[in-house]
This record gives sequence, C-alpha cells and structure tokens, in this order.
Amino acid sequence: MKRVTLFCGHYGSGKTNVAVNMAAELKRQGKTVALADIDIVNPYFRSADSRQELEGQGIEVIALPFAGSNVDLPALPQEVYGLVQRRDVYAVLDVGGDDRGAYALGRYVPYIREENNYEMLFVVNFCRPLTRDVQSAVEVLREIEAASQLPFTGIVNNTNLGDATTAETVESSLPLAQTLSEQVKLPICFTAVKRDLAERVRAENVFPLKLQPKLF
Amino acid sequence: MGNKVLMKGNEAIAEAAIRAGCRHYFGYPITPQTEVAAYMAKRMPKIGGVFLQAESEIAAINMVYGVAGTGRRVMTSSSSPGVSLKQEGISYIAGSDLPCLIVDVQRGGPGLGGIQPSQSDYFQATKGGGHGDYHLIVLAPSSVQEMADLTALAFELAEKYRMPAMLLADGTIGQMMEPVELAEPQEPKFEEKPWAVTGTKCKREHHIVNSLYLAPDELEKKNFERYERYHTIEQTEARYESFMMDDAEYCVVAFGIAARVSKNAVVAARKKGIKVGLIRPITLWPFPKAALEKAAAQVKGFLSVELSMGQMIEDVRLATHDARKVELCCRTGGMIMSPDEVLAAIEKLTGGEK
Repeated sequence: MKRVTLFCGHYGSGKTNVAVNMAAELKRQGKTVALADIDIVNPYFRSADSRQELEGQGIEVIALPFAGSNVDLPALPQEVYGLVQRRDVYAVLDVGGDDRGAYALGRYVPYIREENNYEMLFVVNFCRPLTRDVQSAVEVLREIEAASQLPFTGIVNNTNLGDATTAETVESSLPLAQTLSEQVKLPICFTAVKRDLAERVRAENVFPLKLQPKLF
Repeated sequence: MGNKVLMKGNEAIAEAAIRAGCRHYFGYPITPQTEVAAYMAKRMPKIGGVFLQAESEIAAINMVYGVAGTGRRVMTSSSSPGVSLKQEGISYIAGSDLPCLIVDVQRGGPGLGGIQPSQSDYFQATKGGGHGDYHLIVLAPSSVQEMADLTALAFELAEKYRMPAMLLADGTIGQMMEPVELAEPQEPKFEEKPWAVTGTKCKREHHIVNSLYLAPDELEKKNFERYERYHTIEQTEARYESFMMDDAEYCVVAFGIAARVSKNAVVAARKKGIKVGLIRPITLWPFPKAALEKAAAQVKGFLSVELSMGQMIEDVRLATHDARKVELCCRTGGMIMSPDEVLAAIEKLTGGEK
C-alpha cells in the first residue's frame, strides 16, 4: 500500500464516495489515516460532508477552510502541505473533477514525486454521459494528467447508476474497463460497488462502498 | 451499457436541450447552475452549436432575444440573482411574443443570498418578474429525469404559444445525480415561421420583432390578444401529479425538491393511519387550480410545503377560495426541511385526527 492515494476523475465519477470509503478501509487496517478534500470545483457534495462520521472513526479530515461558509473562495488549507510532507500518515486526497479540479494538485506534485510513494487513481463511471465509451474516458484521463502534471498509476472502475445500479450494470462495464486498462497501460486497482450489491457482482477485486443515506 | 445514464440535474437540462434541437446557449456562470454552462461549453462546439459566455446576465438574455427572433430554439440559464438581472430582457421577449427557455436553478435570497437550494423565486417566476402584463410558462421538475423531460416540454410549449418558458429548478435537483433516460436526439428544425426575422430575400413582407407600442389602444389590443392565449393555456396546459389523494382527508401541496421530502412524509403519515395525500404542481404557471379546487371539496385542510417564507401558499388559497384552512411548512435561506418536520406539520394540521 502506497502512502499517498489520490483520486481524480471526470466530474461526478464518484471520487468522493470512493475516497471516503478508502480512508475508512485504511483505518480498519489499523493505519493512521488523513483525508484531504481539495475539491475546488463542487461546493455542494463533498467528502467534508462525512466529516463527523470519519472523525468518529479516528480519521483526520482536512477540508477547504471556506467550503460551506459565506466566503466563496477556492483556497486550499496549508494542512494539505503537511499531509504530503508528513510521512507518518496514510493520506487520501479527494481531488476536484475534470482537468479544472486537477489543477489544484499542481502545487503538491513536486513533494509527491520526490517521495515517490503514491497511487494516482483514475475513477471512471461508464454510465456518465461524457464517459460512456473508452475513447472519451481516455480523453478525460489525458486532460487530467496534463492539468495535474502527475501520471496516473491505476484505474478504479466505479460504474454505477445510483439507486438503479444492478449487478448487471457493473458487470457490463467490465469489458470497457479492461479495454481502457489495455489502452492506457494501467492496471484496474479495484471495482467499486455499493455494499448491498458487492457480493453479487462477479468481478475481481470488488471494493464495497458504504454510501450516505438518502433523505429524499 | 443500456439506455440509462447517471447525470446531474444541471447536465440533464443541457443534454435534453441539445436533444430537443437547441443549438444556441448564452449564459453567465453562477452557482448552483454552472454545470449547465460547462456542459454546453463542452458539447456545443462539437455539434455545430453556439455556446457563448456573455459579459453579463443582461447581455446573455438579450442574445437570447436576438436568436428567439429568428425562430431558432435558444436558451439561457442562471440562478436567482442572475435571473433577477435578466428580468428586463424577459419582459421584452414576452412583449415581442417570442419563444425561448430560461432556466432558474434557485438558490437562497434575497440579495446575493447563498448558494444552497431554495424555492423563493416562485413569485418572480409566476407573477411576472419583469414589468408589464405578461406570464411565463413555468415548469417545476422534481427529479433529474424531469429536468430532462420538462426541458424538452418547455421548448415545445414556448413555441406553441410563442412565449418564454421557464424551468424553475433548485440547487438540490441541479446538483443531485440520478439515472436518466434521455429522449432520442432531434435535429434542429429550421422551418420558416410566419413571424421569424430571417431575411425577406425581397420575396415577402418584413417581419417585425418589437415590444414598443406608443399608441395606447394598440398596446391594449396586444395585451388583450396575449391574455386570450394565456386563458387557453390556463384551461389546457396545467399539469400536476396526484399522490395518495383517492381517500385523502388532508392534502399536502408541494413542488420540486419540497415535494420529494413531502412524499416521504405522506407515506410516513399513512403508516400512522393519517389519511393524507399530495398534489404536486408540475406547472406553476398555469397553476393547477382545478385540481386544488376539486381537492378542496374533498379534504379538510391543506399544507403548503415550500423552501420559501410562503409564496405558493397564496395560489393554494386563491385556488381553493379559502374554503379550507391552509397551513404552511417552510424552511428558507438554503435549508431543507426533513421528512420528520413535514410529518410533524401534517400531524399539527390534522390535530392528531386519524
């Protein structure tokens, strides 16, 4: 397990849910974990929403100082520097969507490269309208790499249709993920599946996701 | 991979508009609707359409006015403060009898307010936010699927009645992700319209797009004509969803995101033996008056559930002629009521009656 795990991907690919669950999983394995939400794109749904639950599990949460406040400012907290420099914690970084979100990563890249103990994961959902096929997924992946200046090291297949997800939804995405993996020469690290479906999906390395409860 | 895709409400608006043949989008970014513009910026250049980020909301709505005059499908989108800025242009478009789509993904107000969801632009949308005698057709989606479906419907109705239509959504539905089944893409239709300004080529009389009538009798005649059309729309185009109303003794009225919360509360109340149902207006103008009037003959009271200090409640009272008590359950400023809060309001309305 690498010390720093970064989740990037197309806008709305499910990075936040995957990042929150990854932080919880690392904690369950007995590691010291910190999750940084550096999504400067979306002020509505963010990993900091799970703050209470994560902190309850003993996970340190680093969030944008002004998110959800009266200041609409995409400033990044200085603690994120600490996270990429401190080598005693397992760091999970939830990065904003698309190339625009990935620009925020640029300033940390020199430290991440120097330590060279990271996974940069491309989260993809083939049910999203602008990444319905391998070719468009490759385009998004390349755009993000160009913006972040950090090459990807792996793929997370997070194909889902929200509430309407079935085992078949996920299974029918497996060949696409495989083709993507071959084209960009990156391994599929895991397939993320919501918890109640995880056992029914026939795929290698299924990572069960606990999702936030719906109110409406 | 099937036909369904997972979309944000804002993306669904943009994709549905493209599929409805809209090739002209003019806008200016504002949370929580920026994804509409971002999606258009990505897609329009690839399909020969126009995406233009204007220098302001006022410029954007006047660009919409221009394209609308040519008979092409055209739209703009914004959120509450931005929609306030567009009001002058909207009044001009209504006064020139032109079709277009205006999307308002509402956030809390007044003033700059906040960026969280709200329904407090109800008055502005349904009572004519700009000056003069006019209405907009106002559609209120309550799911991502409806964001897509009502966008297409808005274009159709706007063209049918030659007037602007508004999609009145809110930040929650704009931002939430749900599976959507999209309509088959429709190529833009460039058929000649009897009023569109497309160049006479010296073969026909000029068509004139104008909202200036200095002679008062002419202006009055225009307004009378327009209101005849409005009357037809009120008679024929009101849409609503009725939920558990068959044997209901009380009726919750709510639209958009508030209707989703309310539905859960109605189900919970039914489990407690309270006979309550829900009427969800899908068109806010025309307001489904007949449905409310009919309900008033059946139920003992109404509960208007809104993300505002109580705006739609006035239409509920008008539609029911105050024949029954009408209570309000509301949150504002970007806060959303929980199903439990609505349930408590239902219990208060019914006085514990089963």
